[in-house]
Amino acid sequence: MEFITDLLQYMSNNSSMLISLTIEHIVMVIQAIGLALIVGIPLGILAAKVEKLAPVILSLVNILQLIPSLAMLAILLLYFGLGNETVVIGLFFYSLLPIVRNTYVGIKEVDPGVSEAGKGIGMTQLQLLLKVQFPLSIPFLMAGLRVAFVIAVAVATIAPYIGGGGLGREIVGGINAQNDIRLIAGAVPAALLALLADFILGIVEKRTKRRFRSVS
Amino acid sequence: MIQLKNVNKVYEDGFHALKNINLTFEEGKLNVLIGPSGCGKTTTMKLLNRLIDYTDGELTIDGKLISEINPIELRRQMGYVIQSIGLFPHMSIYDNVATVPKLLKWDKEKTRKKVDELLKMVDLDPDTYRDRFPHELSGGQQQRIGVIRALAAEPNIILMDEPFSALDPISREQLQDELVRLQKEINKTIIFVTHDMDEAIKIADQIILMRDGEVVQKGSPYELLTNPVNQFVEDFIGEDRLRQARGLPPMTAFVDEGYPSINVKYSMEEAITVMVEARKDQLPIVDCDNKYLGILSLYDAVKNREATIDSLVDESVIAYRETAEVEKFVASKETIAPIVHEDTTFIGVLDQDQLLNVLHEQVDQKSGVTS
Repeated sequence: MEFITDLLQYMSNNSSMLISLTIEHIVMVIQAIGLALIVGIPLGILAAKVEKLAPVILSLVNILQLIPSLAMLAILLLYFGLGNETVVIGLFFYSLLPIVRNTYVGIKEVDPGVSEAGKGIGMTQLQLLLKVQFPLSIPFLMAGLRVAFVIAVAVATIAPYIGGGGLGREIVGGINAQNDIRLIAGAVPAALLALLADFILGIVEKRTKRRFRSVS
Repeated sequence: MIQLKNVNKVYEDGFHALKNINLTFEEGKLNVLIGPSGCGKTTTMKLLNRLIDYTDGELTIDGKLISEINPIELRRQMGYVIQSIGLFPHMSIYDNVATVPKLLKWDKEKTRKKVDELLKMVDLDPDTYRDRFPHELSGGQQQRIGVIRALAAEPNIILMDEPFSALDPISREQLQDELVRLQKEINKTIIFVTHDMDEAIKIADQIILMRDGEVVQKGSPYELLTNPVNQFVEDFIGEDRLRQARGLPPMTAFVDEGYPSINVKYSMEEAITVMVEARKDQLPIVDCDNKYLGILSLYDAVKNREATIDSLVDESVIAYRETAEVEKFVASKETIAPIVHEDTTFIGVLDQDQLLNVLHEQVDQKSGVTS
């Protein structure tokens, strides 16, 4: 009981710092995901359209995902130095897999009848992609985005090891100083952030599913 | 007019999908390509909008070689309806129907008018359905949208790839009827692929029956039904439809050989006994060589018990040759129809119950199930 009151006391005393750390955390995640969308969607489409490239692209992003996060950040540190940019690049690599794979699956899953109809009534390949296939793959993409977000929020907590910011500061600081209160004060918002992202994107995913995949 | 001259399609793996196809699709006609699966009917259709390109031969539309027409342009000038309907699930009914006009960059007002007009044409109220989504419609309604999507840009040619075969029988019948009605209204050249002979007979101006990449027979439904070129065509059309098309079976199919007859030499009493026992009021009379002479009626026989049979035979009741058409009897006012061989030897009597049954069946089939 005493612990909780102490924790709340600490959190309210340092609320402005915690909020700015949370914002920093979110900004890193969003930058990384934005980058992953920009790179990942075209890669996913390419994999879906050029069957020969699919195994290459998919295994590449798979391998990126398999590298332990601390090792990944350590390697990146060698090339990009300390700082938030390096963290963002690491998070970007982690977010690629769910986005590339779900875009790929989403496009592959488009009812071949729908694609044939589009082609048969005179859409060009590009029109077919932009007007039919990509919109229909959005629910899958949203599911990938949701996974990417949760992973990125979690991985971002180790940013301080390579000189990054975000809620990891409190967690790592708490570990180093053997201060449980600081540790929890950083961990709880990070966990809440992940849950919140999962919840909100879950709703968005459901909405897009209703909107774009409403086939009986 | 679309013409195929010696068109062949050979796939890379050597499969010869189409062999020397020669066909003409005339303007404003409903042409049905039919045959068992793998016969090349869909391949033939897909040559027309260049979803598949042929290997050699010549395919012209209004005299223009199809290989010289840009496939995208070509497809926008042709309607295309497929079995899986293929409506875009993320677009409203309006956007679905307006797809091709939008690709062709029609102005909004014109597109809107056209969409409303088409919705009305298939009995879907524009105000109700315009903003709905495909999943909110029944299968039959969805395919109506599929059909009018193909009509939206006013193409002269419409390709339909088994458009109704995934629908329930009632929707299918309705859509077939609508298609026939529409065809009269809009007068497009339609190429329709199906494997359903009933459908083909119902809607086609020209039926093209294919097998193993070759055209086996082409002609009007009537020609195919009345003059199938070989056993395969007969089998594909089916015994029932052929018999129906040929009309009634020959006289011999209805002969009741068990019907009694009596030699003219017998006595009147004997004749009466035979009739009473067989519960017949008319009795064919034959001579010693079993040649047909005429009919004795029970009424006359009972009134003139003392007379000889010879004197009471009604020779005006003519016998039918076994080769005669049943229709002749149906059209006459006689109540009995004796049937004889060429040499007038008596065979039996036309079984009227059986004839009535057959007539009844035909009437039944023709009326069919109307929804």
